[in-house]
Amino acid sequence: MTAMSTAPAPVELERPDVDEDVSADRPWLAIVWNDPINLMSYVTYVFQAVFGYAKPKAEKLMLDVHHKGRAVVANGTREEMERDVEILHSYGLWATVKRDD
Amino acid sequence: MSHVTKTRHGIKVRLETEEVALLRALMEQMLALIGEAPGADDELASLGIAENATTPDDPVLARLFPDAYRDDGEAAEEFRRYTEMGLRDGKREAAAAVLGALGDRGADIVLDEKQAQAWLRALNDVRLALGTRLDITEEWYEEAETLDAGDPRAPMFAAYDWLTMLQESLVRVLW
Repeated sequence: MTAMSTAPAPVELERPDVDEDVSADRPWLAIVWNDPINLMSYVTYVFQAVFGYAKPKAEKLMLDVHHKGRAVVANGTREEMERDVEILHSYGLWATVKRDD
Repeated sequence: MSHVTKTRHGIKVRLETEEVALLRALMEQMLALIGEAPGADDELASLGIAENATTPDDPVLARLFPDAYRDDGEAAEEFRRYTEMGLRDGKREAAAAVLGALGDRGADIVLDEKQAQAWLRALNDVRLALGTRLDITEEWYEEAETLDAGDPRAPMFAAYDWLTMLQESLVRVLW
């Protein structure tokens, strides 16, 4: 988002926060966690429906969740990952947002 | 026994009369659990923003609306403030879509793909609710087999088992 100002504003207010600026390049992750209720077939289907992943990729991610306890299913900006996690919650998957480290 | 097939007219779900009654009861319970939508006079709520954004105490609600951040309570609360109402609306609509398709007795219900997806989500929500109440583990099937017939959890296990089968067959035809 860009804030444009034509009025002569104090310089301090126009200066971007340095921390924010640097971290803007670091991707955020959407993570799905294993749970004993969601069906393996359903989780695969959700990955296909939400992210448009082909079945083999969706299946691999589902198996990662199942065997490793979790999997990164998407990365991008914080806003994008929050949106993805919200959609995954609408399907009942246990998903969280995390900054990549 | 419920039966799901793909036909030229859509996805056909065949339900017996007692299955219709069970599904209706479960969806009504889900609607009661999610609660009413806030009134139109609530200005924040009409924008989809919640005043109370704390993790629900009820483990079932906490599972249906999980924290989006594991180690950042503030971020989790902020996410919840802006998303939970919309998520509640979606779950309410999915349960209502199932209820709207059910008649009084067993029937063949034909769904288009969008309706079938709403069914999948609604069935999953009920499974999450029952599974959380039952404290389901990945070995739940063996546990259910050894359950005493008089155990008060037996009907919930049976409903969970049935929903699992129905959801699995629905996913298979949507693939």
